[in-house]
Amino acid sequence: MDWLNAVLQGVLLGGLYALFAAGLSLIFGVMRLVNVAHGDLVVLGAYLALVVVQTLGIGPFPAALIVVPLMAGFGYALQRLLLNVTLGKDLLPPLLVTFGLSVIIQNGLLTLFSADSQRLPAGPIETASIGLGNGIGVGVLPLLMFAAAVTVIAGLELLFARTSLGRAFRATSDDAEIAQLMGLDNRHVFAMAMALSAAIVALAGIFLAVRANFDPASGPSRLIFGFEAVIIGGLGSLWGTLAGGIVLGIAQALAAQIDPGFQILAGHLVFFLILTLRPRGLFPRMDG
Amino acid sequence: MSISAHAVERATRTSRLAGIASLFIVAALIAAPWWAGRANLRLLGEIYSFLALASLWNLLAGYTGLVSVGQQAFVGLGGYTLFAAAMVLGVPPLLAIVLAGIAGALVALPLAPLLFRLQGAYFAIGTWVAAEVFRLTFAQISMLGGGSGTSLPAGIVTGIAATRNLRDMIVYWHALGLGLGIVTAVYMILRSRTGLALTAIRDSETAAESLGIDIGRTKLAIYVLTAGLTAMTGALIFLQKLRISPDAAFSVNDWTAYVIFMVVIGGIGTIEGPLVGTLLFFLLRETLADLGTVYLMLLGAVAVSVMLKAPKGLWGLFSSATGITLFPIRRHVVPANTR
Repeated sequence: MDWLNAVLQGVLLGGLYALFAAGLSLIFGVMRLVNVAHGDLVVLGAYLALVVVQTLGIGPFPAALIVVPLMAGFGYALQRLLLNVTLGKDLLPPLLVTFGLSVIIQNGLLTLFSADSQRLPAGPIETASIGLGNGIGVGVLPLLMFAAAVTVIAGLELLFARTSLGRAFRATSDDAEIAQLMGLDNRHVFAMAMALSAAIVALAGIFLAVRANFDPASGPSRLIFGFEAVIIGGLGSLWGTLAGGIVLGIAQALAAQIDPGFQILAGHLVFFLILTLRPRGLFPRMDG
Repeated sequence: MSISAHAVERATRTSRLAGIASLFIVAALIAAPWWAGRANLRLLGEIYSFLALASLWNLLAGYTGLVSVGQQAFVGLGGYTLFAAAMVLGVPPLLAIVLAGIAGALVALPLAPLLFRLQGAYFAIGTWVAAEVFRLTFAQISMLGGGSGTSLPAGIVTGIAATRNLRDMIVYWHALGLGLGIVTAVYMILRSRTGLALTAIRDSETAAESLGIDIGRTKLAIYVLTAGLTAMTGALIFLQKLRISPDAAFSVNDWTAYVIFMVVIGGIGTIEGPLVGTLLFFLLRETLADLGTVYLMLLGAVAVSVMLKAPKGLWGLFSSATGITLFPIRRHVVPANTR
C-alpha cells in the first residue's frame, strides 16, 4: 500500500512540476526563448506572496488575487524592456541575459530576506486530507495543486485554440517575421506571452510557498524540474508537459520511498533515461 | 604590383610587442614566490585557475556554440578525482591532476552525445542537470565524506613537499603552468585547422557542413577536450583548498556564473576577453567584496548590460576602436615593402 500511496503522491506532485513547466513551455513555444531565470521568478512570486500575506494579514489564496496580476505586469515589463532586445538568431544573448537576471534576483532576495528559509502558513488546509480507505489518503493541498495545474493547462489550450491572442501566439510561433508582416506587433505579443507565463509562475510560487520551505537559492532546482517536465513530455505539447511532470513526480516519490537521499537524483536519472530512449520526449509536437 | 609583393600574416606589430612583453611578465610570475607574500601567491593561484576556466568556457560557448552552464560538473569531478586518487589509491596529488583530466574526458565522452540531443538553450540546462547528478551522486559516497565532504589528510599534503613554503611554491607553479598551458592550448586550437572549422561552424553550420566539416565530431572533440582540461583545473583548485564538499565542488555560482560574467564582460569570442574579464573580476572583488550580495547583483547587472550594449565585451570595444589584437588569429594582407 505504501507503494501505491507513493505513486499517488507522485502524480499530485507532478501537478506542481507541470505548473513550473507550463510557463517555460509557453514562452518557448511562442518565441523560442528559454528563460534561465524562470525558477527564480517562481521564488520571487513566493516571496511576493509572503510579503502580501504578512502585510495584509490575508490567506495565501486570496493573496493570489494581488500577486498574480503583479507578477504578470512584471513579466510584461521584463519582456518589453529587456528580453525583446535579446531575441534574434543568436541564442547567446537571451541565455546570458536571463542567466544574469537569475543571479540578480537570487542575490536581491538574499539582501532583502536573508538566507533563512521561509514558509507560507495556509491554516488547516495544510494537513487536511481525504481518506480513500486501505490507509491511503490524499492531501487536500496536493489535490488542489494538481487541479490548478490541469485548469491552467486546459485554460492555455483553450486560449491557444479559441482567442485572438492565442491565434497571435500560434502565428508568431510558426513564423515571427510573417506574423509581423500580417500586422501583429511582435513586441506586444511576446510581452503578453511573458506576462501569462509570469502569472502561472506566480501561482506556482504560491503553491511552492505553502507546500514546502523555500529560500532565495531555491530557484534553480525549480527551473530544472520544470525543464525536465518539458523535455520528458515533449516540446510544444502542454498536456505532454503535464505527463512529464507526473513522470518526474512519480520517479521522485518512489525513490524517496526507498531512500530520501535518492529522491531528486532519481528524477534526474529518469530524465536522462527518457532522453536516451526517446530523445524527443513522450508526446513531441515540435522541434527545438 | 604583383600578388607576390604581398604576404598573408597573422602577427601584427602590437601582437609581436605583446609577445615580447608577455615573456617578461611570465618570467616575473615564475619568480613570484620570491617577491609576493603568501596571501598574494594564493590570490595569483586563484586568478590562474579562473583564467583557465574562463578561457575554456570561452572556447566552448564563444567559438563552438556550446553554451554550457554546467561546467561545474567537471570542476567538481576533477576535484573529487584528485581526492579519491590520493586518499584511496595513494596516487601522489600532483600526478592525480593528470588522472583528473583523463577522468573528465572519459566521462564527457558518453555524456556529450546525450546532451547534444538538446538544442540551444535546452542544452545549457541539460548540462546543469548533469552537474546536479554528479553533485547528488558524490553526496552519496561516504568514503569521500558524503554530503559534508572531506579534507586531504595531512600525510598526503606533506607528501607534496616537507615544508609549507616549498609546498606553496610547488602548487603555485603548477597553477601557473596549467593556466598558461590552457590559454596557449586554446590559442593553438583556434589557429589550427580545427579553429578554422570552428569559425566556419559559428558563421554558418550549413555552409561549413557543405565544405566537408564534420560538425558533430568537431563539437564532440572540443567538448571532451574542454571537459578534461576543466577537470584538471578543478583538481588544482581543490588541491589549493585542501578541502572538498559536494556543494563547493559543484557550485554553479563559483565555477560557472563567475566564469560566464568574466568572459562576457571581458569579451566573448575573443582570446583576450577572458584575460581582461578575469583581471577585472579580481580587481573588483578585492575592492568591493565587502558589499557581499550587492556586489554579485552589480556584477550580474554589468554582465547583462554588456551583453545588450556591447556583445563583444570590453575587449571587443577596445579592439574595434584601436585595431589592436594581442593573440593574432585572423589573417591579414601585408604589402611586402612594409614588412
